[in-house]
Amino acid sequence: MFFSPIGKATLELVRNLGAMAIFFAEGSVKIFRRKQVREIVYQVFYIGAKSTNIVILIGLFTGMVLGLQLYYTLIKFGSEGVLGSVIALSLIRELGPVLTAIMITARAGSAMAAEIGILRISEQIDALYTMRIDPMRYIVSPRIAAAIISFPLLTAFFDLIGILGGYLTGVILLGVDKGAYFYRVHAYVDFVDIKGGFLKSLVFAVLVSTICCFQGFFTHMRTDSYGAKSVSLSTTSAVVISCVMILISDYVVTSLLM
Amino acid sequence: MDLPLIEFRDVTKRFGDRTILDKMSLKIYENEITTIIGKSGTGKSVLLKHIIGLLKPDEGTILFRGKPVHEMGKNEWDGYRSQVSYMFQNNALFDSLTVFDNIALPLRQTTNLRKREVMRKVMTRIQQTELTEVTRKYPSELSGGMQKRVALARALATDPQIVLFDEPTTGQDPIRKNIILSMIAHYRRKFGFTAVLISHDIPDVFFISDRIILLWEGKAAFQGSYEESMRLDHPMIDELLHSLEGFQDELTGLLSKQVFKNRYTMTLQRRQTDVTVSAILFTVDFDLAADLFGAPVFEILRIMGQNINDFFGPLGGFSARHQRNQLLTILPHIQLPDAQALLDTFARQLQEKAFSDIQAMIRANMGDHMCLNLSVKAGIIEGKSTDDIDRIIDKAESSQKVVAVYRCDQGGEAR
Repeated sequence: MFFSPIGKATLELVRNLGAMAIFFAEGSVKIFRRKQVREIVYQVFYIGAKSTNIVILIGLFTGMVLGLQLYYTLIKFGSEGVLGSVIALSLIRELGPVLTAIMITARAGSAMAAEIGILRISEQIDALYTMRIDPMRYIVSPRIAAAIISFPLLTAFFDLIGILGGYLTGVILLGVDKGAYFYRVHAYVDFVDIKGGFLKSLVFAVLVSTICCFQGFFTHMRTDSYGAKSVSLSTTSAVVISCVMILISDYVVTSLLM
Repeated sequence: MDLPLIEFRDVTKRFGDRTILDKMSLKIYENEITTIIGKSGTGKSVLLKHIIGLLKPDEGTILFRGKPVHEMGKNEWDGYRSQVSYMFQNNALFDSLTVFDNIALPLRQTTNLRKREVMRKVMTRIQQTELTEVTRKYPSELSGGMQKRVALARALATDPQIVLFDEPTTGQDPIRKNIILSMIAHYRRKFGFTAVLISHDIPDVFFISDRIILLWEGKAAFQGSYEESMRLDHPMIDELLHSLEGFQDELTGLLSKQVFKNRYTMTLQRRQTDVTVSAILFTVDFDLAADLFGAPVFEILRIMGQNINDFFGPLGGFSARHQRNQLLTILPHIQLPDAQALLDTFARQLQEKAFSDIQAMIRANMGDHMCLNLSVKAGIIEGKSTDDIDRIIDKAESSQKVVAVYRCDQGGEAR
């Protein structure tokens, strides 16, 4: 009796993971069907281009805070000269992919879950089916493709802006040598670091787009709520699960890369 | 009987503990308009969703041209679905797409038509459904009636062979309701598609229906023509159809069939002595939506009913709609020669006034250039109050002849 709820929850988890894996597989295969380019371009614009401002803002302030904190930490060891490399490596290897993914989840992931959820409860997904338009192809695949394209690009953008933010506080405000800052960035950042960061952003793209689309697509299957309430709960679940999965997978990928 | 286009054999569908379809068996025939009626919650929409494959039965078989759909291969199933279109009860329009894009969506996504051809097809549907001024608007900016028409235009965009209409006229004003029903009838004749219709617009919808299926407690309680349904002495039919008719026939403003029969029985048949009665059966003939798209035929019948009531009512006559386009008047205590004289006078009045009213109404609804050929036949018979009313009607029908004609090419003059 004691183990029954644990067993149930475990089975539910395994079932959902399996369903999500199949969902992703189906969605990603259908990226390569006909008439997808227009939808993918639109989604890249929505997920990618429209997220640029928030990524600039967060990247800039993350870099500035890093510059500030690291400067006062490094100065204790007389190592403020390595500020550029520490900021760049922190951003490229860790903070860039993670914070970008969390920002996109908050902005575009929640919108994905809510939009697809509304399509579901207002029978628009059924309408697609009756018109012989595959809802997976038309709704899910372009979003997965757009996330895979957008996440690494926005991560690169975040890293760049973050390094410039560190420059603002470290060099302009706190007086670290300008040449030393950029030299350290150039000298200590290897291709392996950049590759690792992009790999993480790709993993996050797959996770976030799959989780958010899945939550919206099956909002009608929820047993805890119906209608608008189910859309709202699906959106919340999408964001929470995505953020948790970003952090968990970040650890897993990092440990595999080390 | 022909092989049904779609057949349900003992189909059962449950949602949780609720059984919605309970071993339901029904047949839908090709090139017919089949109307499904029934109270709310009897599974009408569920039935349509089974036809298009949105739902699958828990038990039983659905057959398309005699072949179980669950035995169809992928290509065969795709081929079947490409012939079927569905108009949702709540329209299910894509609220992030404009009216034009909503209608164009199935053409863009499922065909290889060129942009110009898609544009031409979509604009044709837009014009037919009077949506020209809202092509760039979003569904949320439209009234409920307009949204319905967008859904209708989208359902017809791909020229389907089978169209499933889930309450297509809900939320429409009476004129547009008529236009939509006429359009369905018109397209059926023009393209030869099969329509399955869910509607509560009784009796209007019967005018375009070839078959009626009554759903009751998860089963098809009745399947057949409108005339058969009216003759069927069944408590379920009474409860549904007759209660919907109410005291007055909504269409003509005359007595409902049930009230008419009651009055006939109460005022004439229950008397101790025989009473002479004359019965006049009118048949209004017009080109029902064949050439005149969207003709307000129901308004024509309403005007006819009003004229009959105004003329024969003060003389003690009482009238009801008998069949789709037939009106019956009973004149108690009036013998045949007098009834004939009254009919002649009424026919002149029809020719002089009623037809003008009808044409004016058509012009007001459809434009100054529109005109509709009309003819009215009447059969008159004398009987006794003890005679069976159905026999009197049959005799009157067999003696019908044309009493008034309106022909547009002769400026409305009688033939």
